[in-house]
Amino acid sequence: MVTVVHENLENTDAKMSARDVSVFYGDKKAIDNVSIDIPTEYVTAFIGPSGCGKSTFLRSLNRMNDTIPSARVEGEIMLDGEDIHSPSLDVVQLRARVGMVFQKPNPFPKSIYDNIAYGPKIHGLAEGKDELDAVVEKSLRRAGLWEEVKDRLQDSGTALSGGQQQRLCIARAIAVDPEVILMDEPCSALDPIATAKIEELIDELNGRYAIVIVTHSMQQAARVSQRTAFFHLGKMVEYGRTSDIFTNPIEQRTQDYITGRYG
Amino acid sequence: MSPTLLLLLALGLGLAGWLAARARAWTFRRASSSGRLASLPSYHAWYVALWIVLPVIAFVAAWSAIAPGLVTQSVLASPAADQLPSFGFQRQTILNEARAVATGATQGVFNPLAREFVEPYREAISRYNWIGIIVTLLIAFLGGAYSFLRLKPDFAARNRVEKIVMAILLGASLVAILTTIGIFVSLVFETIRFFGMVNPIDFLFGTHWAPDPMANAANPDPTRYGAIPLFWGTLFIGAVIAMIVAIPLGLMSAIYLTQYANPKVRAWVKPALEILAGVPTVVYGYFAALTIAPAIRDFAVSLGISNASSESALAAGLIMGVMIIPFVSSMADDSIAAVPQAMRDGSLAMGATTNETIRRVIIPAALPGIVAGIMLAISRAIGETMIVVMAASTAANLSANPLESMTTVTVQIVAMLTGEGSFDHPATLSAFALGFVLFMVTLALNFIALRVVKRFREAYE
Repeated sequence: MVTVVHENLENTDAKMSARDVSVFYGDKKAIDNVSIDIPTEYVTAFIGPSGCGKSTFLRSLNRMNDTIPSARVEGEIMLDGEDIHSPSLDVVQLRARVGMVFQKPNPFPKSIYDNIAYGPKIHGLAEGKDELDAVVEKSLRRAGLWEEVKDRLQDSGTALSGGQQQRLCIARAIAVDPEVILMDEPCSALDPIATAKIEELIDELNGRYAIVIVTHSMQQAARVSQRTAFFHLGKMVEYGRTSDIFTNPIEQRTQDYITGRYG
Repeated sequence: MSPTLLLLLALGLGLAGWLAARARAWTFRRASSSGRLASLPSYHAWYVALWIVLPVIAFVAAWSAIAPGLVTQSVLASPAADQLPSFGFQRQTILNEARAVATGATQGVFNPLAREFVEPYREAISRYNWIGIIVTLLIAFLGGAYSFLRLKPDFAARNRVEKIVMAILLGASLVAILTTIGIFVSLVFETIRFFGMVNPIDFLFGTHWAPDPMANAANPDPTRYGAIPLFWGTLFIGAVIAMIVAIPLGLMSAIYLTQYANPKVRAWVKPALEILAGVPTVVYGYFAALTIAPAIRDFAVSLGISNASSESALAAGLIMGVMIIPFVSSMADDSIAAVPQAMRDGSLAMGATTNETIRRVIIPAALPGIVAGIMLAISRAIGETMIVVMAASTAANLSANPLESMTTVTVQIVAMLTGEGSFDHPATLSAFALGFVLFMVTLALNFIALRVVKRFREAYE
């Protein structure tokens, strides 16, 4: 079955594009022939029932699947027209340009300051202490965390609340000035208030970075994204404007999922 | 009757109590309208069984300590006792001989006087055996009856059994602590005796170690009891040379095995590394003395160092370092593997290389386990005796030259305790003082290490 791509999409530049991407874990095919363009100026949401492969696909966009020995990716994934698997693009460079935020907040067991400074330090983005201070402040401001932590930058990052930790992780990703931010169910471990703050933050970051978010919550996809892709059993079933997917889906399976018949 | 038999008897009675109590609990259960008890029948059973077995164990422990004394006393009360030599070695030999015949361990007596005591011994032993059995049965019966009569449908047997189990667990953990205290106390007494003969200042700060076990015990020469060369040798060989070998190699192998090695390599290399820990230290000693030490000497001579010794601190330290690699690496391996995958992913997703991730995220988070492994390794190295005896000699030299022969505290403890001096000679007693100071040094090292870890650890929870 072929993916249904809505025809009314504006002609935008694709920041990342996947062509016939399949991902295997050993012999098991987790993602089957997915092709998608991820636009620069929008938030793209991947939705679908558990185990449909949306996280696996997300992780292949910055080659995090490389860390799983049995995982294998076939097909072509381009970042600004350049194949991310080509030898000329180092995986370290790729991940600096395509950042990631995980399901469970995973701040390093270091101070808040060192958490943010980690990326700029390893990539040599800041020269001297003053510049590093400026990067840390800018990143924390963008993540909406500065006011809350500016007086205790030397406290451990793990001492923050869950929602603050997740915003710290977003600030950490922003600090290396990426072009794309991948978010793998960033709110699934958070309470509704913390979730609302993260969603607000995603809105603010929209436009500055291409954002891809995997989510279990259809309401969340509807609130934060402009593009939605529906995944089912390792295939991408339907892709279109978020408003269209939720109000006017073409595929029956999308319709069933949206209306809560399964998933 | 031996304590083993009394214990078996107690276990048998406990089993009987267990079965009886369970049967009783089942009758409660059948009789009650709801079919429910406050506790399950097996808890009633354990409650009664524990009440039978534990008091008996306590009694048997006490009884096996005092019964031999009671037997001897009653033998000495027999009329033949007047003929015994009043005190000392001979008297003891005669009594032991009579006892051995009475218990059937030997056939006949060598000393005619002992024959007089065989019969009294036989009588006393059998009398006290019977007393032991009767008291055991009595205690078991009382404990069983007391607990059995308390059983009721609403009796909270589970809570009580859990309390008893908790007390047993507490007792188990106290054994280790009490043993440590016991070791400490036994060292302290002999150490105080030694310091009564040799001034502690001379001992701790003197730089010449040459105790003479044949010298006059009443008036030891304090200048021969300076322990500095020994502690220097111990630290130089165990904590400096061995650690220079073991820490980098152990850490690097742990990092390779957890972070880089593919599973097949790991499955071979890790057990191979752990075999190192199972090689007897004597074998390491051969290797150090016969292969490494001569090689080091020849190498030093070829470099133009003519006074290189064939028994060198370097040889002992190098081999000791190799010996403790598994301690460092397996503890480091475990604590590195325990760092959550999320930390690694977080760092890699920032565009950090594996190398940067290990250095900046994984090692700091795994630090407590790594330091614990190193401390264990140092303790092990400081306590190591055999390699040093074979490869670094027993000459107490105070020198920073690793090519010279040196000796360590543990080697001297062995030398002093197995020397020709009598037990109350200061040369022999110095072994206890050395042991005591060594104990304090390792204790202090552990304490400092714990503090350091607390200060620098990056806790991920």
